[in-house]
Amino acid sequence: MELNAVTVGFFVFTILTLGGGIGVVTTRNLFQGTIWLMVSLFGVAGYFVLLSAPFLAAVQVLVYIGAIAILITFAVMLTRSVTRINERYIRTIPSFVASLALFLVLLFGITVPIFGDYPSEMAPTVVMTTRDLGVALVEGNGYVAPFLLASVLLTAAMIGAIFIARDEES
Amino acid sequence: MDELCTGLCKLMVESGADAGLAQFVSLLVGVLLVSGVPLLTVIILIWVERKVAARIQDRIGPNRVGPLGLMQTFADLLKLLGKEDITPTSADRVLYNAAPLVSFASVVLIWVVVPFTPFHFGVDLEIGALYFVAIASLGTLAIMTAGWASNNKYALLGAFRVVALLVSYEVPLVFALLVPVMLAGSMSMLDIVNAQTGMWFVVLSPLAFAIFYISSQAETGRAPFDLIEAESELVAGFNIEYSGMKFGMFFAAEFLHVFTNGILMALLFFGGWMGPLYYESPLIAFGWLGLKGAIIYLTTLWLRNTVPRLRIDQIMAFNWKFLVPLSIANLILLSAALKIMQELGIAPRDMLSASFVEVLPTTVIMLLINLVMVAYLLGILRKRGQEARRESVTNQGALAQVASGAGD
Repeated sequence: MELNAVTVGFFVFTILTLGGGIGVVTTRNLFQGTIWLMVSLFGVAGYFVLLSAPFLAAVQVLVYIGAIAILITFAVMLTRSVTRINERYIRTIPSFVASLALFLVLLFGITVPIFGDYPSEMAPTVVMTTRDLGVALVEGNGYVAPFLLASVLLTAAMIGAIFIARDEES
Repeated sequence: MDELCTGLCKLMVESGADAGLAQFVSLLVGVLLVSGVPLLTVIILIWVERKVAARIQDRIGPNRVGPLGLMQTFADLLKLLGKEDITPTSADRVLYNAAPLVSFASVVLIWVVVPFTPFHFGVDLEIGALYFVAIASLGTLAIMTAGWASNNKYALLGAFRVVALLVSYEVPLVFALLVPVMLAGSMSMLDIVNAQTGMWFVVLSPLAFAIFYISSQAETGRAPFDLIEAESELVAGFNIEYSGMKFGMFFAAEFLHVFTNGILMALLFFGGWMGPLYYESPLIAFGWLGLKGAIIYLTTLWLRNTVPRLRIDQIMAFNWKFLVPLSIANLILLSAALKIMQELGIAPRDMLSASFVEVLPTTVIMLLINLVMVAYLLGILRKRGQEARRESVTNQGALAQVASGAGD
C-alpha cells in the first residue's frame, strides 16, 4: 500500500472509528460512552471526506454528532442516577450469540457482493457533486418519491412525538 | 491562502526544496495564517467590547495600561496564565480539560470557510454554509461537556439551559441561512458573496437577515439571551469551576464567536468584500469585509449592553412560537416567488453572473413580500402587546383591591 496523505488519513479515521466503538462498549459511564460514540461517528465522517463526499461528511457531523449526541445527552441527563449503578449485565451467552449473529450477517452482507460470484460493477468514473445529489433528490425520474415519503414519515414522527408529550388538558 | 501558497511553494521549489515538503510547508503557513487572524483579532476584540460596554454604561473603561488601555488585555492574559490551574477532585479530568479546547476550536474552525478577499481564503468548500452549521453544533457539545464534567450542580444547570437555548435557536438560524443559499444557488461562501454583485441579499430579504441576527445573538449567549451566564441565577453558569486560562478560553471563544457572526452576516447578507474599488487591491476588499463585520459587531454590543435578560420560558416561546414559524414562512414564500419569477423570466436563473439591472425586478418583488410580512407581523405584535398591557392593568387593579381590602 502506498503511503500518502489518503492512506494516513484512512488509518487515523479507522483508529477513531474502531477505537471509539470499543470505548462505547467498554466504558461504564453513559456520558463517556456518548463522547466515545461521537469520536467513532467523527471517524466515519472522515471516511466520507476521503471518498470525496463532503456533503455527506458535513451531514454526518451535523446529524449524528450535533443532533443525536445532544439527544443522547438529554437521555443521560434524565437518567443520571443510572450512571452510578454497579450491577453488570451477566447473561453472557445470549449476548454473545446475538452479537455473533449480527456480526456474521454484516460480514456476509458486505463481503459477498464484493468478493462473491456476482458480476462486479465498475465504480462510476463521473465525480458526483453536491449539486448532482440535490438534483437527483428532486428530479422526476430521480429519487423524488422516496425523498418525499421520508419527509412525510419524519414529519409524522415529529407530530406523533409532540402529541404523546402533550398534556391531556391542553 | 491560495495566492500565498502558490507563491511560497514556487519559491521553495525554485530554491531547490523537495516539492512535497514545499507544499506541506506552504499549507502549514496557510493554516497558521487562517487560524492566526481570529486569534489575534480576539485580543483587540476584548478591549473593544470592554470599551464600548463602558461607554454605553457611562463609564470610561480600561484606561490605565498602555495608551487608551490598549494593553489591558495583555495584562489580563498574563494574569490568567499566572493563576492556579484547578481541576476539581470529583471532576472528569479528561473531559473537563478537553471542553475549553473544543469550545474555542469550534469557533476558530468556522474561519476555514471565511473568504477574506476574492483570492484569500482557507478553503472554498462546496458545502461552506453547511460546514458552518455542522461546526457550530460542536460548540454546544463543548458547553454540555464542561457542565457535566465539572460535577457541579450550578454548572450542570447552566449547561442544561445552554443546550435548550442553542438547539432551539439553531432552527431559525438555519432557515434564515437557507435564504442566501437559495438565492445564490450554492452553499459555497465564495459563490454566495459573488452572487451579491448585483444586489446585497439584505435588500432582497431583510427579514432573513433579522432572523439570522437575532438567532446568532442567541447562539453566542448575549443579552437578551444571556441565560448561559445568568449571574444572578446560576452563579456563573457552565464555567463556574473553570479558572485561569481554561476559563480564558471559554471567554475568548465567546468574544470571537460574536465577531465571527458579524463577519458571517457581512458575507451572507452584505456582499462580503463588495464595495467601491474592491477589485483594485485585496487589501481594499479585506477592508470592506472588516468594516461591514465590525459595524454589525458593534450593533450586537450595543444591543447586549442595552436590553435586560429575558426569562427562559419567554425565550423559548419567542423562538418556537414566533421565530421558527416566521423563518419557515419566509423561506417558503421567497422560494415560491423566486421559482415563479424564474419561470416568467423576470428573475435571473444564475445569480452569479447577474448584474444590478437584471436583479432589480427580483429585488423589488422580494422586498415587497418581506415588507408585507413585516407589516402583518407588526400588526399582530401590536395587538398582543395591547392585550398583555390590559391584562397587567387588570391584575394590578385586582391586587390593589386585595391590598386595600386587607388593610380595612
